[in-house]
Amino acid sequence: MFMTIMQSLFGTRFGILFGTGGKHSSLRSQPLTRTLQAATVLCAALLLAACGSNVNLAEDVPVQDRTAVPVQQIGVAPTAPGVAPAAAVDQRAVAPVQAETTAIGQPPAHLERLVFFDFDQYIVRAEFIPLLEGHARFLAADRQRRVALEGHTDERGGREYNLALGQKRAEAVRRSLALMGVQDAQMEAVSFGEEKPASAGSDEAAHSQNRRVELVYR
Amino acid sequence: MHQTPLQTPFPPPASLSRRRFHALAALGGAGLALGAVGPAQAQFRVEVTGVGLQQIPFAIAPFRLATGLPQDVPAIVRANLERSGQLRALPGGSAILDESARPDLAPWRAAGVDALITGSVNRLADGRFDVRFRLWDVVRAQDLGGLSFPVPASDLRLAAHRLSDFVYERLTGDPGVFATRIAYISRHGERHNLWVADADAENAQTALASAEPIISPAWSPNGQQLAYVSFEARRPVIYTHEVATGRRRLLAGFRGSNSAPAWSPDGRRLLATLTFGGSSQIFAIDAAGGGQPQRITQTSGIETEPAFTPDGRLVYFVSDRGGSPQIYRMTPAGADVARVTFEGNYNISPAVSPDGRWLAYISRINGAFRVCVMELANGRITPLTDTSADESPSFAPNSRLIMYATQAQGREVLMTTSLDGRIKTRLASAPGGIREPDWGPFQR
Repeated sequence: MFMTIMQSLFGTRFGILFGTGGKHSSLRSQPLTRTLQAATVLCAALLLAACGSNVNLAEDVPVQDRTAVPVQQIGVAPTAPGVAPAAAVDQRAVAPVQAETTAIGQPPAHLERLVFFDFDQYIVRAEFIPLLEGHARFLAADRQRRVALEGHTDERGGREYNLALGQKRAEAVRRSLALMGVQDAQMEAVSFGEEKPASAGSDEAAHSQNRRVELVYR
Repeated sequence: MHQTPLQTPFPPPASLSRRRFHALAALGGAGLALGAVGPAQAQFRVEVTGVGLQQIPFAIAPFRLATGLPQDVPAIVRANLERSGQLRALPGGSAILDESARPDLAPWRAAGVDALITGSVNRLADGRFDVRFRLWDVVRAQDLGGLSFPVPASDLRLAAHRLSDFVYERLTGDPGVFATRIAYISRHGERHNLWVADADAENAQTALASAEPIISPAWSPNGQQLAYVSFEARRPVIYTHEVATGRRRLLAGFRGSNSAPAWSPDGRRLLATLTFGGSSQIFAIDAAGGGQPQRITQTSGIETEPAFTPDGRLVYFVSDRGGSPQIYRMTPAGADVARVTFEGNYNISPAVSPDGRWLAYISRINGAFRVCVMELANGRITPLTDTSADESPSFAPNSRLIMYATQAQGREVLMTTSLDGRIKTRLASAPGGIREPDWGPFQR
């Protein structure tokens, strides 16, 4: 109970630092909100008086539990007065979450779904135009189908910048398909950057496999 | 749960008249790897390389320890202080000295020790442990104070970090960051995890597990939430996630890609990169949710990786408007754009130090991606590493260290470096490697 109240009041397991005459100014890692100190002192003092597990050590004095704490010496008060402790949450706790993933749909048969790009290039090479025309015909024939154009880069460079470069490749494919008559609502250009390489290697052969846009049907 | 100063007359705040550690610095110079400096225990996996110019030599005498302790508190403290780069461990001898001892400081002085830590960990009647210590200024033979932390076993590491913070602050005058937390990402096969760990990368706990990648974790200014980019929906979307409860909210799941979240210093909104207009542009989004994102940049190229200055008055970001990715700055409303980096043709991932003095970023130098730091007052640039695949620099909340990801022996690892690049430490790793570190704010 003591723990629970302390945590909800002070938001951590290490709530209180007792000053010793003001010379020692507490650890600065603690965001002192001076204006709140005085106001919260009363609550804290009551709690401490009730629970009494503070330890005020003196050099030549035996360790005493249940020592009263001078009110003005309590140094940390992050919580506004009058705020009732809600369900206590240990702010250093970590509650694990499992993400659920999204299933993908059936792609059209007999159509390749990979468009490769040259190094540092973001235009669709002519050799991939027939492939994209096949997808454009498929999408025109069934306006209910949706396709994600997933852009990818090789591993070199920063993750966020590569995400933007992968987006550029996906966008290039989207514009090509739009010119072939695919409706905007049927396509979404997204990027995986360097996060999902097709080939795990670090040589140019692997890199060339990874600079790509995948057409993924939903 | 609290800490209590051990009562003694405290001297005026830290002004150790200390003998700085010069000897090896003259021999070593920047970047010279001396191997493991100081025999930090293997279980803590602290590998310190390099030698600082001004390191305070300290020693931890053997604590009086209860039997069966689940954590080696003095070893955690020692590893912490060494990792700071500003302190240097010397042998602590073999005689047990607890916080109530009045040690004869002459032999310590003769051994070159400037600061001595004594202490104990006792088992309390209620099953908790009491961690106590005292710090001595050996040179001036003064008691610099001590604390008592009565904690449950699960908080022994935290007590060790608080102890480290006290010692570090007393000796250097800067606040310690050992009780802060970091976030990072691991990948092992098809398992992607977002971890929250102590600042030494130990005591890691999973905040999110996913079968799809996670990138760009960013602590909220109050240290209670993480924003990050998750690919779980087969496209990048941004979540905000309350770590203690696991409650999370989709912040940005707009058409296209959603990435590069950056909290404003007041925590009320985030900047992020959205692509629903076709190109990657920076938008402002209300942290509380709702409302339309407000477009900040207006180009047809790539604008990404926003990073606020701590006063919230400027935003550093990456743009390819000049033909190659470079770092620029602007106001949070997108005005007064100015280019910041001019050297080389690939400068990305800006991070501003909490004291506002430094800009860390990744620069491609002769084909290698390296952490660099720019002193914003004069534009002076210092490359901090000699590795080739550095990523994601993130400042410690006291602006004294930078954490970053790199590759060592073909594995992704996390490193810290001092801002002069002299002191580097390698943090714990995990199968498959860890990356994308973000150093959280000061927390109580």
